[in-house]
Amino acid sequence: MNITVTVNGRPYTRDVEPRLLLVHFLRDELDLTGTHWGCDTSNCGACVVWLDEVPVKSCTVLAVMASGKEVRTVEGLERDGELDPVQQGFTECHGLQCGFCTPGMLMTSRWLLDRSPDPSEAEIREAVSGQICRCTGYENIVRSVRWAAEHSSREVAQ
Amino acid sequence: MSGNGQHGFGRVPRKEDARFIRGQGNYVDDIKLPGMLYGAVLRSPHAHARLVSVDTAAAEAHPQVRAVITGETLAGLDLAWMPTLSGDVQAVLATDKVRFQGQEVAFVVADSHYAARDALELIDVDYEALPPVIDARTALDDGAPVIRDDLEGRGDNHIFDWEAGDAAATDRVFDGAEVVVAQDVLYPRVHPAPLETCGIVADMDKVTGKLTVHTTTQAPHAHRTVYALVAGLPEHKIRVVSPDIGGGFGNKVGIYPGYVCAIVGSIVTGRPVKWMEDRSENLMTTSFARDYHMRGEIAATRDGRVRGLRVTVLADHGAFNGTAQPTKFPAGFFHVFTGSYDIEAAHCAVTGVYTNKAPGGVAYACSFRITEAAYLVERMMDMLAAELDLDPAELRLRNLLRAEQFPYSTATGWEYDSGDYPRTLRKALDIAGYDKLRAEQADRRERGELMGIGISFFTEAVGAGPRKHMDILGLGMADGAELRVHPTGKAVLRISVQTQGQGHETTFAQIVAHELGIPVDDVEVVHGDTDQTPFGLGTYGSRSTPVSGAATAVVARKVRERARIVAGAMLEAAPGDLEWTPGRWTVRGDPSSGATMQEIAMAAHGSLELPDGVEGHLDATTVYNPPNLTYPFGAYIAVVDVDPGTGKVAVRRFVAVDDCGVRINPMIVEGQVHGGLADGVGMALMQVMAFDEDGNHLGASFMDYLLPTSMECPSWELGETVTPSPHHPLGAKGVGESATVGSPAAIVNAVVDALAPYGVRHADMPLTPANVWRVIQGRPFRTDLAIP
Repeated sequence: MNITVTVNGRPYTRDVEPRLLLVHFLRDELDLTGTHWGCDTSNCGACVVWLDEVPVKSCTVLAVMASGKEVRTVEGLERDGELDPVQQGFTECHGLQCGFCTPGMLMTSRWLLDRSPDPSEAEIREAVSGQICRCTGYENIVRSVRWAAEHSSREVAQ
Repeated sequence: MSGNGQHGFGRVPRKEDARFIRGQGNYVDDIKLPGMLYGAVLRSPHAHARLVSVDTAAAEAHPQVRAVITGETLAGLDLAWMPTLSGDVQAVLATDKVRFQGQEVAFVVADSHYAARDALELIDVDYEALPPVIDARTALDDGAPVIRDDLEGRGDNHIFDWEAGDAAATDRVFDGAEVVVAQDVLYPRVHPAPLETCGIVADMDKVTGKLTVHTTTQAPHAHRTVYALVAGLPEHKIRVVSPDIGGGFGNKVGIYPGYVCAIVGSIVTGRPVKWMEDRSENLMTTSFARDYHMRGEIAATRDGRVRGLRVTVLADHGAFNGTAQPTKFPAGFFHVFTGSYDIEAAHCAVTGVYTNKAPGGVAYACSFRITEAAYLVERMMDMLAAELDLDPAELRLRNLLRAEQFPYSTATGWEYDSGDYPRTLRKALDIAGYDKLRAEQADRRERGELMGIGISFFTEAVGAGPRKHMDILGLGMADGAELRVHPTGKAVLRISVQTQGQGHETTFAQIVAHELGIPVDDVEVVHGDTDQTPFGLGTYGSRSTPVSGAATAVVARKVRERARIVAGAMLEAAPGDLEWTPGRWTVRGDPSSGATMQEIAMAAHGSLELPDGVEGHLDATTVYNPPNLTYPFGAYIAVVDVDPGTGKVAVRRFVAVDDCGVRINPMIVEGQVHGGLADGVGMALMQVMAFDEDGNHLGASFMDYLLPTSMECPSWELGETVTPSPHHPLGAKGVGESATVGSPAAIVNAVVDALAPYGVRHADMPLTPANVWRVIQGRPFRTDLAIP
């Protein structure tokens, strides 16, 4: 099937099998390997991207379902060469170790902060509860998101 | 202090983060080589069955399939079986029988990942089902099906008997003991489940004859040597590259059949072949952990002095004995089970058996079975406290090793290097506000609420190890390091260990910066590529800082001494008259006359006349053979609330005071501890791999194998004490696995404490709501089996 998906602001047209998963479309067709695959059952969240501004698990979305829509991935977080505060926060607060869950965590965190600029610890834990991190015990992920909330020097949503 | 401009130890932000936060990591599945093909493994649905026939004709006819490999293909290459790390053999692709559900039967190589999976459906395998052995406790019964009939003369499922300690002395202590408490304790089968599964890109260059594999390995050099030994490939023609690794936890130590198949696939097709497991394959077939069926007995005086510990273990090793540990230790380091206490006599006897389950056993941040050992002794201490009606903190304080007892030789032959255990426990009790918690618990009990407080104290033995005692398949566990300072004073360190998230690129740069007095930013760490780094055994068992960290300090000091000679020539002073201030050699008594490391580096590469016998340039190599293990320790306290109506456990607080000696980067150390504590929550409350009577794996996806999320984990409360290791050049000890080893017992002890009003003294992990509810009813179930 011929599909056109806008990824990080750029339209891509490809001829794909109907069964192709969005995560594989991004990784294999577009070489955007920042989005990871981790479990097949939408439990781990390593594959979280935005589909029309909403975080989805791209291992459970067909690429054809994204046709005509806008996808944002970790590669689209940086703006004009400047890191998003959540990216900076994860570095400042040691919110990552192996880095495999990080892109998904960053996408969910950005989404949360866009809706709730000053989230409580409980809100942050709830927001990332559909994603698994095997390294950090979540503590520093929570701190990283809080750091980003406190250091939103610019309006990312502009 | 700003970031990586720092010159040594401290909370330096990680160098590796820059790529990960941008989605620019380079994991195995991100690698795409020109002409690359994709592999997929066909696996057995049966736990135990005879392989009657494998028909691959339809798969081979698939237009996108390039090769189909079966056990028969491999047998023709003498590769159908491969040696394990424990002196056994394991089937690469089955030829005679399948021995666990998920065992590898055939391998397809195709143009795409999807096509390879399609072709698996076209392979027709005829199995003749055999009765399986699922319950380890029946594996040695008369008439039990013999799993390993491939081994000559094998008439049962027995693998080994192993013991440590003095049985007679221990029996004497027990015979005369005032109090003895005994308990069966199960540490169920779990899986490390790193978020990235295992995989490989194998690339055989037919022209040069060189095999390059990009693979998820924690031990690239060991893999290279094993491939050379298994496949008969010349070792200098094998390059193992371990790029960014998405978590390992021991899951990525061994060599899996899929790796060998991908290599054969590349040889057969002449093209690179990628194989990545899916999640079910990872959970069902790669290194599981634990599965220790233990019976503990503890002997003590009535006033709470522990005198003896006696343990028997039935160890379920699965269908092939593939545990990854120093070869001379079939039960790993389990014999450190006397834990943190001054115990007169101790003995353990471990029997390993085959069952129709996946092979493995030593993985998951276990420090070679110290998880099981620490869990057992800490459960036994709590059971003893209950029996004596003593507070568990008080019982521990009466028996913990005191500072003046170190170095301490244990009843089973370990020499603990340093510690002051009561100080660490007292610190944890202070942070927790222990007395207040006990008062609150009493109040809540009055109201019928179930609140529990659990303590565990652990001693780890990490940094394997002295080469005369410790080897893997004959390879001594020493590690090399190479350091080169370029003319402008920038340094490149090459190490044998391999990070899987531990932050080696930062920590090891900090060690060099600390020793040479140059900025952390000026040190590049090269690792994970056998063509670029010196030989060494890799990263597991918390060995990187104890072994490679020491190697790095030693090699940096060699370079510093070389710099001293060069500085002497520059300053026209005898090297012996120079003194070191960080980053600079100066003439004693004349601090204004000196040379910086950068100036020395340039001079070492320049035209300066050097003393006879001194070569130019500024570099050094070393191999570090640790004189002993390092022994980190810690005191953990968990506070839980149990819902009496549902059995649901909530971890309200968790206090962890770790002592891992000198901390090179405290931020990274704390991160490692956090991760291990989450593992403890998972193992104590959620994670288990159970099997039904047919050997069906009941934890084969993340829908069934439950990992802790942000909701189950509390906000960790950390503390530290610092007792340097006396034999490590930096005073550091390993820490990566401490929290995984120490935390499960604290949580289980807390839950059992909460259930004390019901007369409960023990319950096996995982303490799921269903299990806890049944325990409350006085009807606990076997958590490892779903057999009526």
